[in-house]
Amino acid sequence: MGNEQKGRRDFMGLSLGLFTAAGSIGALYAMKRSWDPLPSVKAAGFTTIDLSVAKENELIVEKWRGKPIFILKKTAEMKPHDRDLVIGSDRFHMSIGLCTHLGCIPAYKKDSKTFFCACHGGVFDASGVNEPGLPPPSPLEIPPFKIAGTKLILGEEGPEYKQMLDAGLTV
Amino acid sequence: MAHFEKANNLNEWLDQRIGLNTLKKVMQTEYWIPKDINFLWAMGMVLAATFGILVVSGIFLLMYYKPDTNLAFDSVNYTIMSEVGYGWLWRHIHGIGASIVFLIIYIHMFTGIYYGSYKRGRELIWLSGMGLFVAFSAEAFSGYMLPWGQMSYWAGMVITNLFSGGSLEAYGLVEWIRGDYVPGDAYLTRFFMLHVFLIPLVIIGLIVLHFGSLRLPHVNNQEGAEIDFEEAAELYKAGKVKESKVIPFSPVFLSKDVFVMGVYFVLFFYLVFYNFNFAMDPVNFDPADGLKTPAHIYPEWYFLWSYEILRPFSKDVGLIAFGIAQAALFFLPFIDRSPNVAPAHKRGLFQVWFWVLLVDMIVLTAMGKLPPTDPVFAFIGLVSAVLFLLMGPALFIITLFEKKLEKGA
Repeated sequence: MGNEQKGRRDFMGLSLGLFTAAGSIGALYAMKRSWDPLPSVKAAGFTTIDLSVAKENELIVEKWRGKPIFILKKTAEMKPHDRDLVIGSDRFHMSIGLCTHLGCIPAYKKDSKTFFCACHGGVFDASGVNEPGLPPPSPLEIPPFKIAGTKLILGEEGPEYKQMLDAGLTV
Repeated sequence: MAHFEKANNLNEWLDQRIGLNTLKKVMQTEYWIPKDINFLWAMGMVLAATFGILVVSGIFLLMYYKPDTNLAFDSVNYTIMSEVGYGWLWRHIHGIGASIVFLIIYIHMFTGIYYGSYKRGRELIWLSGMGLFVAFSAEAFSGYMLPWGQMSYWAGMVITNLFSGGSLEAYGLVEWIRGDYVPGDAYLTRFFMLHVFLIPLVIIGLIVLHFGSLRLPHVNNQEGAEIDFEEAAELYKAGKVKESKVIPFSPVFLSKDVFVMGVYFVLFFYLVFYNFNFAMDPVNFDPADGLKTPAHIYPEWYFLWSYEILRPFSKDVGLIAFGIAQAALFFLPFIDRSPNVAPAHKRGLFQVWFWVLLVDMIVLTAMGKLPPTDPVFAFIGLVSAVLFLLMGPALFIITLFEKKLEKGA
């Protein structure tokens, strides 16, 4: 095979290779996007909750993005925490009700004012902070929220949420 | 085109067109298997037969199953179980088959480890076999999602959560895998696709590779002896069947396999007809509910040993230990430094290592089933998990100092 011919074949091989690679990357991107959550799933990811109906030391469980959301109006004796939602003079604890160990749903014990997870024995206090020495590695997570009057919009990132995020109080 | 003569019969007609006689020779009558084997050598064909049964029962389940979160539970527990004629039979065969196939896989694996059937020349057999183990695990997990009961949902939740990587908090990846914030409709339909198409396709491809990689190194034998297959084959073909060290795959080796399969299927169908509950977790007969966790979440028995390696540690350490445990067995041919291809009972300390590994995995399995609240069992679980992780380095050291055996001894 002559040098010129070899050069032409190398060029053809290279062009084919590059086009195939570009096409493959495009196809992989399309495949990745097909696995993404659908727009309708994402649009359903906002929930509005009215906090004015909450009673002290009574747990309310709402549903947001398929996950349980804990809302607990704090009593005066409960220690305030930077993770609390403050609306007027009321303080609320609000978090995703899934244990940070393996994702079970803890139950609220009114008497001891703690969340107890039956799966592996994790305990969180009324501010959602995990008790040390037990399986859960971190406090209950706070979902993105925005406060609008006495209403709470889950899924939107309000200034209070961003503050907590910056302070490393949730993820 | 090549020249074709008129064929006298169907066999000749096919032989002209697809080389049927050559194919038969290569795949069956002149594929030589050593004589010095025992019933454990039949597990490969037992697995192939079980896979076949899973495919057939799966086809019938597929005709009535509905991959939709609103319909899935009833399509299995009502339509298939009580409306479809013999629907219960396919479901119980499929459930028992999925469970028992892992028992045979483990026997098959430990046979390979005991007789050193992963050593030089046979590494690809081991690697493709481990690939099959992973593919079967993915197949079992995706299939477990489909009835959409409480265990389906929460097993799906916990296992997909593992992909968040502990402190890496890669929840974006978890949501991408699920196609939703929690296991939902998109999640169910994609795992349905994986279970009925993509993973079975991968499994079939890996089975072809597994069989293909066996061809040149040949099947191992009870003594790990090197055999001159050509010489032995000539003897056999010359009619000196007794003197030859080999037998043809078909019909001789296969007839032994069929006998073992016969015994196996007695057990298999005993379970299908009289003890099917052993593969049916009662918790999964409650429909999936994202707002109610079952009191105790545990996987099927065949995943318990690796689940128990995840559990006794803190979240990140547990994940790393779990990851190592999943990958470690792949490297077996490269960790074992001994030149000997011999059964464990001739390899000194390796024999001890083998039984410790087997017993440790059984202990891990037992501990994985128990609730984690009992401190004694949690401690036993921790010790066996640490022991499992130490087995790799131990094998390296043991086999490094293993004496070379005299061949023919």
